[in-house]
Amino acid sequence: MQSTTWIPFFPEAASSFAWQVDLLYFYLIAVSVAFSIPIVVAIFFFAIRYREVEKFATPDEMHGSMVLETVWSIIPFVVSMTIFLGGAIVYFNQYEPPDDAMEIFVVGKQWMWKVQHQTGQREINELHVPVGKKIKLTMTTEDVLHDFFVPAFRTKIDAVPGRYTYLWFEPTVTGKFHLFCAEYCGLNHSGMGGSVYVMEQRDFDNWLSGNVAGQTPVEQGKDLFMNKLGCASCHTGGPAQRGAKLEGIFNHEVKLVGGQTVTADDQYIRNSILNPTSQIVDGFQPIMPTFKGQVTEEQLNALVAYIKSLSPNAPAASAPAAPAAGANTDSANKAPARSAANSSK
Amino acid sequence: MSAEETITSGYGGTKLNYLTNGTTLKSWLLTKDHKRIAIMYLITVSLFFMMGGLYAAAIRLELLTPNSDLFQTATYNKVFTQHGVLMIFFFLLPAIPAVLGNFLLPLMIGAKDLALPRINLLSLYIYWIGGVLALWALMQGGVDTGWTFYTPYSTTFSNSYVMLVGLGVFINGFSSILTGLNFIVTIHTMRAPGMTWFRLPLFVWAHYAVSLVMILGTPVVAITILLLAIERVAHVGIFDPAIGGDPILFQHLFWFYSHPAVYIMILPGMGVVSELISNFARKKIFGYEFIAFSSIAIAVFGFLVWGHHMFVSGQSIYASLVFSFLTMVVAVPSAIKMFNWTATLYKGSISFDTPMLYAIGFMGLFLIGGLTGLFLGSIGLTVHLTDTYFVVAHFHYVMVGGQVIAYLGGIHYWWPKMTGRMYSEFWGKISAMLVFVGFNLTFFPQFILGYLGMPRRYAAYPPEFQVLNIFSTAGASVLGIGLLLPVVYLVHSLFFGKKAGDNPWMHPGLEWRTSSPPPTENFEKMPVVTWDAYEFGEGSGMDLEGARQREALQA
Ligand code: HEM
Ligand SMILES: [Cu+2]
Repeated sequence: MQSTTWIPFFPEAASSFAWQVDLLYFYLIAVSVAFSIPIVVAIFFFAIRYREVEKFATPDEMHGSMVLETVWSIIPFVVSMTIFLGGAIVYFNQYEPPDDAMEIFVVGKQWMWKVQHQTGQREINELHVPVGKKIKLTMTTEDVLHDFFVPAFRTKIDAVPGRYTYLWFEPTVTGKFHLFCAEYCGLNHSGMGGSVYVMEQRDFDNWLSGNVAGQTPVEQGKDLFMNKLGCASCHTGGPAQRGAKLEGIFNHEVKLVGGQTVTADDQYIRNSILNPTSQIVDGFQPIMPTFKGQVTEEQLNALVAYIKSLSPNAPAASAPAAPAAGANTDSANKAPARSAANSSK
Repeated sequence: MSAEETITSGYGGTKLNYLTNGTTLKSWLLTKDHKRIAIMYLITVSLFFMMGGLYAAAIRLELLTPNSDLFQTATYNKVFTQHGVLMIFFFLLPAIPAVLGNFLLPLMIGAKDLALPRINLLSLYIYWIGGVLALWALMQGGVDTGWTFYTPYSTTFSNSYVMLVGLGVFINGFSSILTGLNFIVTIHTMRAPGMTWFRLPLFVWAHYAVSLVMILGTPVVAITILLLAIERVAHVGIFDPAIGGDPILFQHLFWFYSHPAVYIMILPGMGVVSELISNFARKKIFGYEFIAFSSIAIAVFGFLVWGHHMFVSGQSIYASLVFSFLTMVVAVPSAIKMFNWTATLYKGSISFDTPMLYAIGFMGLFLIGGLTGLFLGSIGLTVHLTDTYFVVAHFHYVMVGGQVIAYLGGIHYWWPKMTGRMYSEFWGKISAMLVFVGFNLTFFPQFILGYLGMPRRYAAYPPEFQVLNIFSTAGASVLGIGLLLPVVYLVHSLFFGKKAGDNPWMHPGLEWRTSSPPPTENFEKMPVVTWDAYEFGEGSGMDLEGARQREALQA
């Protein structure tokens, strides 16, 4: 992967799938050259060979050739299909986050990237990650579209208001890499970036402990749930509670009024907080008020993290994975075994 | 004055033509003559092109250095937005159809005018109104949303004149729809006797395909802008998530129009180039039917690939898969055209006048533009490339390298027909070569910049990108000179150019079988077509021997 650094004007490659993107790129360059050379040579050759000798000459008519047309329709089609397939494979690698990735929240905002680690550390326009670990960014934005782009990782994704999008990568080299916003977002669009620092695990742990953590997202979410927003008044209280039971729902099917079911993923939880009446759980009244306008994107992330933590046995895909063990002071809730998520890789 | 009285065929002589038949301002502004309307389009379109060009120069100057030192970012954002809006909506979309298409379609099929002449004039006025609104918005303070107007930035966060520009674009769209409608009706109903579908010049086929796209696609952008206005004015949640809308919906609607629109920009260019190559190789285009049908195929498939602008928007990966597949399929008809043009040169009798230099330049640039489209259509690769300078380079290769170069080639080729005068061949060739070299120097480095990761729409960038940006700015100045030259020598030719004669290229097309410039009614008497398109031999009834002798005398 580092072997490409000797090529002039070539970007560093620092993620596990960067080489695949580079390979596709070189394949396409090869295809382009193979396609262009015959055409350019033919144009030059014909231009010289068949230069006009007599003004207004009338060369023999030639109407076309079914054989030739067929051949030069099929060849580009076949080649383009190889490009399509190659691209599709790499795309799946880029956009299907692995189950055991360490999750970090990212919120875009005109004009900064706000990052929050599972251990509570926050950073702005910087992202520190350990080398060789799978990282999954769960991303949204407070205002307009943004796009999280790290050229060295050969990947990017839009941050879309009102939705979560996900980006994952596994950094393979330590160092400092450019982070850009690639979706035009107004005045300081070109200033909305910073650096991704890929560190050895040891340095990363040091960084985490040196960067005094505030509340972890789970703690923050619990605080909001129990005290600040008063969710607990309906959602706790045993069999008689007025709101749906949240323990153990994460990434499980939920039955709705009307018979449909949905998977209770982070998108669903987010929607249930903001538009509670749009998906009513079977057996409950539509009495939950909307919290739209009362919670920030970061608080939403914290609530999602908290509700996630209520489902320690949720299917693997959901297990929130946090980085270093030591920095995690969370114990008040039924948080899953987080440090295990890392070492299990 | 009726046509019969005033036209004398042959060379020279004093006769009334469409330019001299009425010289008052009113006779121009109220004309129903498609040729006069085309000339008025030519003048306005050129003004918009020059304005867009000034903005482009400003962009390149700013990017000469990594910091945003020439303008504040607020200004820079307006500069690139206005560059895009003017170039796309007020230059590239109308340029070939409204100028060359308007002028030539009736001539090429042997009609007196377009089928709906008043509608044609109306479409010019609509274009002007749209343009004035857009210009007014610029004077009021400008827009900073990018020409794509993505929501929710454009609806809720931009403090600029988005709605006014939107209105300008919206109104302008109707001009496009009317032109398309007019072309289709004309091609169906006004062909001269003997002008069968498969005798139509490929230029006409290309315009037929384009008109389909204009009629079917443009209403969608109109609806989109209308929805945008409704949301802004009445606060109905359509695109804005804060009030329950969906920002991605805007992108679907926008690209459902704008992707086909990029074909409105390139298909007419392909039509022009087919004419040029055939004329200067003096041969029928190899695989005429394939070229004709590939235009239609591009127009139809062009409606199915809009989602390839949203590969990183978080859309479902399966949707991306389908859009990527279809995108690859559209690449095939473009490749077919490339092969056919090349094969046309085989055993031709090729001359290298200015329009032909432009046509060859087009082939080179379109080759690069089309192939880099494959890079962007391949989803795994485009995740890295999209929204970087790679995309900027790609669409400039296709649209400027394709459309603008074809347009310039077409203007040079039909200039003698439009004005009756020849321009300086020497300066023509110089400009064609400067444009080609300058263009490549400007945009090729941007592919590399894109792969290195420089995002588009950036007023400032990390210093390591500077070297390539310097190349690009240097190229832009060469390109600028190349584009300014024609303004000088073409205007000069109006007054001092030598008389062109009716058919300087000895081409069998109908447009060359009337005087230059043509009379208001186009033809002295209704032509009857007995020859195929591009039949350069004696079968087309042209006096080739006489032309050769005249040529020899002049030399
Ligand atoms: C026929 C002439 C073509 C024209 C006029 C054209 C024009 C454009 C334009 C204007 C854009 C940029 C839109 C933006 O502002 O984001 C674009 C992007 C794109 N083009 Fe083309 N293009 C052409 C040919 C092709 C071909 C042959 C392909 C594929 C085989 C292709 C694939 C793409 C893709 C995938 C994008 C999206 C890039 C991205 O944003 O990631 N294009 N094209
Ligand atoms: Cu941004």
